[in-house]
Amino acid sequence: MKEIRIHARAGQGAITTASILGHAYFIEGKFPSAFPNFGAARMGAPMNAFVRVDDKPVRLRSQIYEPDYLLIVDVTLMRGFNCFKGFKDEGIAIINAKEGTPVPEHKPRQKVYIVPANEIAMETIGRPLGNTAMLGAYAAATSEFKLEYLIESVNLRFTGKTAEQNVKAINRGFEYIKKS
Amino acid sequence: MREFLEGSRAVAEAVRMCKPGVISAYPITPQTHIVEELASMAARGSLNAQCVNVESEHSAASVVLGASAAGVRSFTATSSQGLLLMAEVVFCIAGMRFPVVMTCANRAISAPINIWNDHQDAITVRDSGWIQIHAETIQEAMDMHILAYRIAESPKIMLPVMVNMDGFILTHGLETVDVPTDEQVEKFLPSYKPLYKLDVDNPISLGLLADPDYYMETRFAINETHKDVLKLIPMVNDEFSKVFGRTCGGLVEEYKTKDAEKVIVAMGSVCGTIKDVIDQMRAKGKKVGLLRIVSYRPFPIAAIYQALKDVPKVAVLEKAVSLGSYGPLLAEVRSVFCGKKKAPAISGFVIGLGGRDITVDSIKEVYKKLTTKEITEEYIDLKPELLEESI
Repeated sequence: MKEIRIHARAGQGAITTASILGHAYFIEGKFPSAFPNFGAARMGAPMNAFVRVDDKPVRLRSQIYEPDYLLIVDVTLMRGFNCFKGFKDEGIAIINAKEGTPVPEHKPRQKVYIVPANEIAMETIGRPLGNTAMLGAYAAATSEFKLEYLIESVNLRFTGKTAEQNVKAINRGFEYIKKS
Repeated sequence: MREFLEGSRAVAEAVRMCKPGVISAYPITPQTHIVEELASMAARGSLNAQCVNVESEHSAASVVLGASAAGVRSFTATSSQGLLLMAEVVFCIAGMRFPVVMTCANRAISAPINIWNDHQDAITVRDSGWIQIHAETIQEAMDMHILAYRIAESPKIMLPVMVNMDGFILTHGLETVDVPTDEQVEKFLPSYKPLYKLDVDNPISLGLLADPDYYMETRFAINETHKDVLKLIPMVNDEFSKVFGRTCGGLVEEYKTKDAEKVIVAMGSVCGTIKDVIDQMRAKGKKVGLLRIVSYRPFPIAAIYQALKDVPKVAVLEKAVSLGSYGPLLAEVRSVFCGKKKAPAISGFVIGLGGRDITVDSIKEVYKKLTTKEITEEYIDLKPELLEESI
């Protein structure tokens, strides 16, 4: 079983991110379970979304305390929270932050990537919604599933121009990790 | 067909296939995507139902009562404060014997304001006469709506059914579900044929005054019908399995109870976590099990007795309280063994109120606390530091 924890603020699309990520695993034939945990019910409030995935249906309903993978959608959350709490020794984290942002301290076998996902999103989507660029980076950094599954998942979620722009963002995120 | 769906959307899909004629809801917190999706289906034309957007939950319940009185299959969904505001009409729907189906996305009750999951809403109207069933998974929540109409509209039953699914955990979670086909649902669920209805050509009166000469018999009759529901649920569940190729819960589910020395009794989605803990503990030789209560009303007394009579230690784990007394589920499970020669030591634990997360460790702690000494009411994962000031 693999466990993914997403750190974001309400309104930044973390639930959609979890749903797209879960769907990519579903297309691969795995059994994902994606779920949110809301904080205060208002825009901007810190919140989490989670994905658990296994080869058989997932029964466990608790939140995720020891994630294999972390997606940090909003780097400002790292100031007030320990987003790395419980982070597995060999885990992989993707942080959405400007290029040149120092990589936070982490254990030797953990891999932590800074991805300028909002900048990629501004160039591909025209809005600072870095979620799909981060998912592209996730696919490259973790090799959890083929990139095409993620693209298929995004195409199921969005249509027309929005889908095209998000696919571009995924590819850019993917390439960013491959080049780094 | 297998799909990766959000719980609320899955339920909306199941309700669409049941072809209700009237859907009424109050579209504000605490509401779910269920009625939002149904309204959207009606607007797109994939569902031929009248969606009535009302000004309160009291009105939502009144509209489905009225629609059902006119002989139309009807549906509503609510939770928490919404259910409480409906409460007056909830009792009327059962009293008037209307086969309404309602989803309750189980959530905590104010004050303080809390939007998260527990079972206090459903438990608070447990004595209303409604049949109450609890889903563990999104698949089950979806399937139970199809089953619910079949039971509710059975001519010998004619009672409303509340399908309970844990708020957020199941309503806002996404899982792989096997979506039934319209043909399967059509085969399993015939169109609704009311025994009586409001009809201008053949006028009747419904919900009249029943003075002391008549009232008691109406309550007796509903209680007797609940006994029939206990017999009907397993039969309808068998038929469900034949059509859909999977079961839909039944009255109770026994998970590794046969040789168990310690069994947890619980309802809803937490049972998934408990099953995982059981497998972990059994791998280390610990004989533990789970009795999942699927049908809370009617309360399956005989099935619970059979499942627990040879178990030495039982923990009733519940997401609701009866302030000023024992936990509601604890009191009922203990009452099953009242006057019996052989009874397990039955302890009671409260857990997950207002959405406090229930972890693997929380469940392990419950098993650990089960000794020969009965515990009457212990709160799991309580924060003593938050209590100091008030004490």
